[in-house]
Amino acid sequence: MGMTLTEKILAGRADRDRVRPMETLSVRVDQTYADDLGGPITFQILEEHGVRRIFDPDRFFVSAMVNAPSKSIEVANTIGKMREFCERMGVERFYEGGNAGIHNCLAVEEGLVLPGELLAGGNSHACTGGGVGAFATGMGSTDIAAILITGRTWLRVPETIRYIYKGELPRWVTGKDLILFTIGKFGVDGAQGKAMEFAGEAIARLPMEERFALPNMAVEAGAANGIIEPDEKTLEYVRPRARRPFTPVYGDPDADYAALHELDVSGLEPVVAMPHLPSNTKFLSEVGGVAVDQVYIGSCTNGWMTDMRAAAEILKGRKVAKRVRLIVIPSTTQIYRQCLREGIAEIILDAGGIFSPPTCGPCIGAHMGVLADGMRSVSTSNRNFVGRQGSAKAEIYLVNPSVAAATAVLGRLGSPDEL
Amino acid sequence: MANVLTGRAWVLGEHIDTDVIIPAKYLITFDPHRLAPYCFEGLDPSLASKIQPGDIIVAGHNFGCGSSREHAPIAIKALGVSCVIARSFGQIFYRNAFNRGLPLLESDYPAGSIRTGSRLRVDLDGGRVENEATGEVFEAMPIPAFMQELLASGGLIPYVLQQMARN
Repeated sequence: MGMTLTEKILAGRADRDRVRPMETLSVRVDQTYADDLGGPITFQILEEHGVRRIFDPDRFFVSAMVNAPSKSIEVANTIGKMREFCERMGVERFYEGGNAGIHNCLAVEEGLVLPGELLAGGNSHACTGGGVGAFATGMGSTDIAAILITGRTWLRVPETIRYIYKGELPRWVTGKDLILFTIGKFGVDGAQGKAMEFAGEAIARLPMEERFALPNMAVEAGAANGIIEPDEKTLEYVRPRARRPFTPVYGDPDADYAALHELDVSGLEPVVAMPHLPSNTKFLSEVGGVAVDQVYIGSCTNGWMTDMRAAAEILKGRKVAKRVRLIVIPSTTQIYRQCLREGIAEIILDAGGIFSPPTCGPCIGAHMGVLADGMRSVSTSNRNFVGRQGSAKAEIYLVNPSVAAATAVLGRLGSPDEL
Repeated sequence: MANVLTGRAWVLGEHIDTDVIIPAKYLITFDPHRLAPYCFEGLDPSLASKIQPGDIIVAGHNFGCGSSREHAPIAIKALGVSCVIARSFGQIFYRNAFNRGLPLLESDYPAGSIRTGSRLRVDLDGGRVENEATGEVFEAMPIPAFMQELLASGGLIPYVLQQMARN
């Protein structure tokens, strides 16, 4: 019996010929990172234990991205300490201000997570890296501290569930809709502790950036990681970015999967995750005209160039509805610059929207669009938990960027076809 | 850490996520004492003030799902909660809790068998939960050997440093 892609990567990083699901392994980590929430805890742990050197400063990067640019004196002090820590430890890649970005996206964009590699990032959406065919998983501050000391971590080999998407996606249906549909069907613990492997012709046809939404939200199904086998499109994306040599890894044809789910996507519509769980899904046409107060297009799920273009296509020459606060946030500085070059920033501003530099801000209720009591947010991000974007008395609906942009114009949840 | 714990139960629901346990607006600090008053705010803002040291959280599936924020187990521990019993846990939270020395037990206890206020006797080593008032006993998954090693070492970092010294 062969091994799945996930098992093969883990076997390689454990220096073993083969591994089996449920085994606990010590594995080498290729890349890790921290942000301004978890990072300060990690650094305090290292300082408390007198750790003066980290395993490899080139395999670690830090991004001030959640409460940044500093929203308060306390945050400013924290970020200052993070910068000092990085200088002391020889960590060159410190992203703040003019090169800021959401680290789950930076890891991919900067070629710091590569096919066949093992990424353990200090953020639950580190699983985004699975979009290039890496084993990518999120961890807390103590685990990241241990990785910085040893270059290794422990993992239980997850069983793999393979999701095969067949058919051709209808207009306005994106990678985001595929993952919302999947979580809606199988639940927020439908892949608890498992690897979600996304495959099939519909995945093969997706542009790279749309693919990332699937592994990004694997954690919303309880998965350890989400992964897509690298194809030519993946390698074309990765090759010019890669910061080090890499060897793509592929699963064996006779690999043993915990389950295989075939999903025909030809008849799919855009999907909406209703409050307050990502699994609480409906098709857009079933939702009805829910009036909204804020529309947020961004986050590590949908702040890619593809998403910015999709939003701009809808917003061009149109105006955001009167009561709606539209906030558009590219995930990284490179994307931000590209939006300026392509006139997308201007389209958004002309429409009456806000165009912000990169930050996680509103996704996590940190700053830049925190919700008041009773506010309704339509968001391209990944979580609609109670209190996620501010008040516990607010509501969050998750959608794709085209639907979000159309909703901003309509003033209520709706389809681009209605414009 | 005592391997047999006794305490009062707080029964919470299904899929208690990390945003409900501690919202991001409080994550500008990781000082346990500053986080504790806001623990479970998304569920019930008064809950933190009612939970007493030694109390036990009992929940449904997927407790701690969501964010990697270690502030979640830090806040729960800061309330004095001695352990969390749930049908299943979000896996990042699971690691974070043991790394921080907060024990978790997975148990498929029958619905309705434990109520808020029930006094529980929890045997962490044996994987047993007893409702002291009714005498009912529920099986729990024994804590995996590796997690027991972590707890015995005082958490992940002392464990890792001990391993390095040994090699």
